[in-house]
Amino acid sequence: MTTTLTAGAAGPRRRARRRRRTTAVAFVLPALLLLGALVVYPVLFSVGRSFFDAAGTAFVGGDNYAEMFRDPATLTALRNSAIWVVVAPTLLTGLGLILAVLVEKVRWATAFKLLLFMPMAVSFLAAGIIFRLAYEEDPDKGVLNAAVVGVHDAFAGTSSYPTARPREDQGVTEARDGSYGTAEAVAPGSTVNLGLVGVAPKEMPAEARPAPAAAKAGAGELRGAVYLDFTPGGGGRPGVVDPAERGLPGLTVEAVRDGGASAATTTTAPDGSYRFEGLADGSYTVRLPAANFAPPFEGVSWLGPALVTPAIIGAYLWIWTGFAMVLIGAGLSSLPRDALEAARMDGANEWQVFRRITVPLLAPVLTVVFVTLVINVMKVFDLIYIIAPGPVQEDATVLATRMWLVSFGGGNDQGLGSALGVLLLLLVIPAMVFNVRRFRRSQS
Amino acid sequence: MSATATAPPPAPSPPSAPPPGARPAPPRPPAGGRLRRLLGSSLVQAFLAVVGLVWITPVAGLLLSSLRSAHDNAASGWWTALTSPAQLSFDNYTSLLGNAGITRAFWNTVLISVPTTVLVVVLAALAGYAFAWLEFPGRDWIFLLVVALLVVPVQVGLLPVAKLFGQLGLFGTIPGVVLFHVAYGLPFAVFLLRNYFADIPREMLEAARMDGGGEWMIFTRLVLPVGRPAIASLAIFQFLWVWNDMLVALLFADGSSQPLTVELQSQVRQFGSNIDVLAPGAFLSLIVPVVVFFAFQRHFVQGVMAGSVK
Repeated sequence: MTTTLTAGAAGPRRRARRRRRTTAVAFVLPALLLLGALVVYPVLFSVGRSFFDAAGTAFVGGDNYAEMFRDPATLTALRNSAIWVVVAPTLLTGLGLILAVLVEKVRWATAFKLLLFMPMAVSFLAAGIIFRLAYEEDPDKGVLNAAVVGVHDAFAGTSSYPTARPREDQGVTEARDGSYGTAEAVAPGSTVNLGLVGVAPKEMPAEARPAPAAAKAGAGELRGAVYLDFTPGGGGRPGVVDPAERGLPGLTVEAVRDGGASAATTTTAPDGSYRFEGLADGSYTVRLPAANFAPPFEGVSWLGPALVTPAIIGAYLWIWTGFAMVLIGAGLSSLPRDALEAARMDGANEWQVFRRITVPLLAPVLTVVFVTLVINVMKVFDLIYIIAPGPVQEDATVLATRMWLVSFGGGNDQGLGSALGVLLLLLVIPAMVFNVRRFRRSQS
Repeated sequence: MSATATAPPPAPSPPSAPPPGARPAPPRPPAGGRLRRLLGSSLVQAFLAVVGLVWITPVAGLLLSSLRSAHDNAASGWWTALTSPAQLSFDNYTSLLGNAGITRAFWNTVLISVPTTVLVVVLAALAGYAFAWLEFPGRDWIFLLVVALLVVPVQVGLLPVAKLFGQLGLFGTIPGVVLFHVAYGLPFAVFLLRNYFADIPREMLEAARMDGGGEWMIFTRLVLPVGRPAIASLAIFQFLWVWNDMLVALLFADGSSQPLTVELQSQVRQFGSNIDVLAPGAFLSLIVPVVVFFAFQRHFVQGVMAGSVK
């Protein structure tokens, strides 16, 4: 840069350089002005503002920062943010790794990757609505609870008549354990009909047939019918099997010996009839165990206070798993094939190859994925704002939502709000420095 | 996902010449190993098919819900439409398009995201070129500062900028929302483009300068065309970011300038009673980015990957 000394010859060149410098300033100035006014100034303002009280008139020093650790709602936010930052990136990195390794083994890898990556295009708002639908508590509307209830009922069975109850004053009473039984004991050879009410017509099983009016019981036999003691359209007599009254099929019936021990068990036929044969002499009552009338399993309250944070993390996994998988997959394809193949030749099985070679070689990529996710998880806002229903917002709150609520959503304490914003900034910085360093290294 | 149904079994490859660079095939594993591998591969296929199903179910739920009447949605789950397709109709969408609030919000979304994307790309390309190839005092320091601004979360800017916009009369207007997005999009955009432009061979630029091209001409005729891949990825990422934003617009937009996300968000409070508006609205809001995704897969993935440092 000594050309400036030879003034005469350099005149035009210097002018050219000055012109170029002017151009340069003109090129960067619009961007720098915007950044200065809308990013740099706000950061300085927020830092300053965080040392003032809610009204912004009195200097309070570090009080706002101390307040963060006193205010229970803000403490909840800190705790939830900690859960998010630990759980979500860990699960995502693990899931992404597993899927990235497995997807290489199938022919439709590209289609699978596209499908899993697609949620990255979807807004948190749309994802929030999608999962509000999926987490709907009523198993008739929310697909997740429909699945849970389906699985539960497949293993635990369903009760057939959750709403049925005995017709009052007709000899059938409810015991303390919820079972229904005859009040009077009878001897074998008798016919006992049990009349129930409270089953809506549309809840009646399709195979239900009219109950048999009177059946003669043989010796050592106890029989009868469990029926719906209700004649559609009216006209039925309480405690009597009327012609139009149908039996209740599929109920478990027990013959109970005087002492309380169950002597025999059977299930009612389509016309509601049951029959115990070969009973020893004695007196019996007929009982319908409580399991017949247990309230149905209603599924899980996903968006209740206890599960709301895991549920929202689940929605977050749906969005970000594809990202983790694709990034890890890119790292996977750049691994030295020789190392993997050599290990296989030496007789290592797939698990050993994965555990001893793939994962250690991938460690740098896994770190990048993890750190990137930490940054993004820290700022999660929309998803919680949308998915958590009003009453449980407090239970689901994280730093970003708390900051919003305190500053704008009714709290109106801009001192505390600014302090929360600054805390968020401070927490993000280390992860960001790591990421920028890596990016610069990859560029050079 | 029809591919899940009939993935052909791994056929024995014909003994053709291996493609160049291919390694010699490993020795054939013993029969037991082969059986186990076949079993393992179908297990893997089944597992991935289940994962794929889990991933697609929520979206299918939204789509089918958006095609069912409010009455059907209140009475039963969307999956019942799979067995009785008579439930499905476009009525919700027809009434959605007749809903003045929703259509205005949709256009607001366009009016916010398109100008933001253009502005970010133009301003960042200019600045990126200057940072990469022009000399001015303090260049490297200023660039480092811009990179440092990458760390600033949007949340920190909300309150001060709201005050500032209030004084300038920009609060509650579309230009206000756009300016905020541009400012918070710039650090990453400048960072990305400067790094990309810096890789342009020096000789190319020198040659253009020798030919007497001014900086503006070099920028438009040489740098922009060469930088197209990076610019495309940036544009897609930025568009997506703004299209999907809710937080910024929630604060800076008012009733007449609010985008679709904010309009829909205001209805989530009565979730359940208005699925016939929310479901098609959410689908409307997600279909644009998803189309962009499938149309520009490669740039999209690159843009999202690069943008994830934010």
